[in-house]
Amino acid sequence: MNPKTLEELRGILGPHGLISSSEELRTYECDGLTNFRVVPSAVVLPESTEEVQAVVRLCHRERIPFVARGAGTGLSGGALPVAGGIVIGLARMKRILEVDLANARVVVEPGVINLEVTGRVAPANFFYAPDPSSQSVCSIGGNVAENSGGAHCLKYGFTTTHVLGLEVVLPNGSLVHMGGKTLDTPGYDLAGVFVGSEGTLGIATKITLRIVKRPECVRTLLAAFHSTNEAGAAVSGIIAAGMLPAAIEMMDNLAIQAAEAAVHANYPDCGGLLLVELDGPVAEVDALMAHVDEICRQNGAWEIRVAQSEAERALVWKGRKAAFAAMGRISPNYIVQDGVIPRTSLPQILSEIDQLSAETGLRVANVFHAGDGNLHPLVLYDRRVPGQEKAAERLSERILELCIEKGGSITGEHGVGEEKKHMMSKMFAEPDLETMQRVRCAFDPLQLSNPTKIFPRTRLCGEKPGEYVAHPLEIAGVAERF
Amino acid sequence: MVELGRAGTPMDAVAGVVPSLVFEPADEQETALILRDANQAGLSVIPTGGGTKLDWGNPPRKADVLLSMRRQNRVLEHAWADLTVTVEAGCTIAELQRTLAEHGQRLAIDPLWPERATVGGILATNDSGVLRLAYGSLRDLIIGVTLVLADGTIASSGGKVVKNVAGYDLPKLTTGALGTLGVITRAVFRLHPLPRNTRTLTIAAKDAADMQRVVLAILGAQLAPAAVQVRNGNVDILLEGTRDGIASQESAIKEFGTLQEGSPDVWKAREELWDRAPIVKFTTLPSRISAASASFSRSVIQATGIGFAQVPVGHDGDLAGLRAAMERDGGSLVILGRTQHDAWGSPGDALPLMRAVKEQFDPKGTLNPGRFVGGI
Ligand SMILES: Cc1cc2nc3c(=O)[nH]c(=O)nc-3n(C[C@H](O)[C@H](O)[C@H](O)COP(=O)(O)OP(=O)(O)OC[C@H]3O[C@@H](n4cnc5c(N)ncnc54)[C@H](O)[C@@H]3O)c2cc1C
Repeated sequence: MNPKTLEELRGILGPHGLISSSEELRTYECDGLTNFRVVPSAVVLPESTEEVQAVVRLCHRERIPFVARGAGTGLSGGALPVAGGIVIGLARMKRILEVDLANARVVVEPGVINLEVTGRVAPANFFYAPDPSSQSVCSIGGNVAENSGGAHCLKYGFTTTHVLGLEVVLPNGSLVHMGGKTLDTPGYDLAGVFVGSEGTLGIATKITLRIVKRPECVRTLLAAFHSTNEAGAAVSGIIAAGMLPAAIEMMDNLAIQAAEAAVHANYPDCGGLLLVELDGPVAEVDALMAHVDEICRQNGAWEIRVAQSEAERALVWKGRKAAFAAMGRISPNYIVQDGVIPRTSLPQILSEIDQLSAETGLRVANVFHAGDGNLHPLVLYDRRVPGQEKAAERLSERILELCIEKGGSITGEHGVGEEKKHMMSKMFAEPDLETMQRVRCAFDPLQLSNPTKIFPRTRLCGEKPGEYVAHPLEIAGVAERF
Repeated sequence: MVELGRAGTPMDAVAGVVPSLVFEPADEQETALILRDANQAGLSVIPTGGGTKLDWGNPPRKADVLLSMRRQNRVLEHAWADLTVTVEAGCTIAELQRTLAEHGQRLAIDPLWPERATVGGILATNDSGVLRLAYGSLRDLIIGVTLVLADGTIASSGGKVVKNVAGYDLPKLTTGALGTLGVITRAVFRLHPLPRNTRTLTIAAKDAADMQRVVLAILGAQLAPAAVQVRNGNVDILLEGTRDGIASQESAIKEFGTLQEGSPDVWKAREELWDRAPIVKFTTLPSRISAASASFSRSVIQATGIGFAQVPVGHDGDLAGLRAAMERDGGSLVILGRTQHDAWGSPGDALPLMRAVKEQFDPKGTLNPGRFVGGI
């Protein structure tokens, strides 16, 4: 990086806010998906919106691409640096700015860790609903960028439902406010499109979240089946009975084995394990839980347990939440996939995955958010065996193609990032992608903000409409163009 | 080929502006051809569904073509076991709900005038009712959209599955965009089961402070009401679920005030405001509901902080001041119907970005010109 630029960055951030030694830069070369690595030219660690703005303005002036980074736990290469670019790490912007319990709103900086929000409001019996398995380490900024989900999003909705307002530094350095503490702010739902945009539309510097009152009770049922097919039929039965549980999770035998090895959750050794959680007023939950129990038995459950205490409940969830990391216990390497299918296609895709597994000789463990059809196939392999890594990549891609064939999606929560951008043209037609890129061009005509992600090809924005440059008075709200 | 349009009549007027031509395309392709041709010819296009809310937003600068989606009105796929539906934009809400009810499901939204309002129309105007407290608004229920852009491009975004983060969320961007970014031709929604039982309760508040207290007490309790609204000093509560669940919630709510059995008709109170125009929609924080209600003689306010109110006769002029006060408080005030005022108020410092989005989607300003915020 040009020494003058580095000097200017140091001027903005002070000596402790800039990383430029090649040794330290390596820490930032990848996110949770470690097979893509690029060492950035510099990393900045701003502590305020003003510092973010100053850095982005400089990038805009010098045409330097930049990539926002939260905790770096992303699983699609979203925070992978761009060659020659700057990484803007938001970990130091970690203040909870405002807690408004009467209105169930919390305002945070992007570096705040997901679980800290719940931690702060739990004494008043509130929680922050989106609960990715990584919630003890991932940042709200990263959650916003990925529209992260979690087991309880079946009932409560994904991150996007819980983000009411955003303060964003646009790729030209200007600051805009989208949405707010109240609902239905006039104009386009820019917050709606920013959430899930994977860092390609600017940098969120302040986020207004909705928190949720804790339900009166939570009950977790664990049911063991001979097969995932039986477990899947029970899920269909629950949906058909008109119930919307807080969470329905499923694991197959291989995933159970791994979880047992890692955290001793005391799961029954079975072909298909279902976790069903109901929450709400006690009387409501008790009535429905009896019904869920009955449906599970009708579909062949041979063991059913209902967690009796908060400790038991936590243990049941620990096994599920540790499932990805647990794979390390049964395989040297593995790929985590994140496909979605219409839930009813579950038996079919599972038998197809079995077949692919038999053909390639690679084991696939399955963990699902079964209620919404979000699959996390874990393709196990050994990098030391020549050709296995390639075969595993091909297999996991083939699974995503099956998801597309069934009318599903290539990602339910981990994002497209770097990893899956070449799959986008399999899921979407060219005009669909071109239309999405129009949004991109409105926010970031120079394509500086995480420029190489999501789309298989970048569309040049400069051609016709050109960058919209607001008159200063207009920004101040004093004058309008019309 | 596309049939020729017919000439517009005063019956077709959009906020007082009579369109020259009216088209009713049969499908997406025809819609695209009409748009492409109109766009090339420099004609403006006003999309319409049931026409129930055509006077929302500012009057169009120009209304050459009225594009009715009425013929595209099929429920294309009710994947009931997956809890999703794909429906054409011209389908009325009531028709959609009837189809979904055959399998004990619903789109969990209660917009105005469901017998006439269409899927495309409620999406464009982002109309939602009281159920929003429990189920969210359209932005939380829509999972896929197909649009025809001004230049005739047909584009889909989102998909048919509830969980999906591939690409930008255009279903949200187009919800509430008043048809200024593209014409919605179809949408995919996530569905909910119909409630097993429902019960409406009403608490007559003693005064404004008492009403505010009751609302916050219900929201702050560990209950799960489907809806709560404030209407002429009454707080209405909708409970849904099992009989046992409803009964236990009812006994908890009794602690907050004297309960009366409510009539399901109270949930029509918002619609009944329209016996006089214009109506304003305002937004505030739940804790400011009673303060906001003091500004209006007749209002219906949802516990989420979204209110609808009549403007007292002869008090049109006060709206600017009222809006400024609401905006200072972090809220907004939008006028639904014609007045001498701008319908929208200020979208704040995001306006230039909103204009840039419009510029990308519809650079010639073909769709609904001038009707949206900031003259978009
Ligand atoms: C063990 C494990 C389990 C996981 N489980 C889940 C799960 O259950 N559900 C789920 O959804 N995900 C899960 N993830 C993925 C990951 O944790 C989420 O995607 C998370 O939201 C990423 O947050 P982060 O702070 O680590 O973001 P990063 O990885 O640092 O960044 C992710 C993306 O966000 C962008 N970004 C970061 N901050 C900002 C900002 N302030 N403004 C704009 N863009 C920004 C980055 O540019 C990048 O594109 C899991 C990951 C691991 C390692």
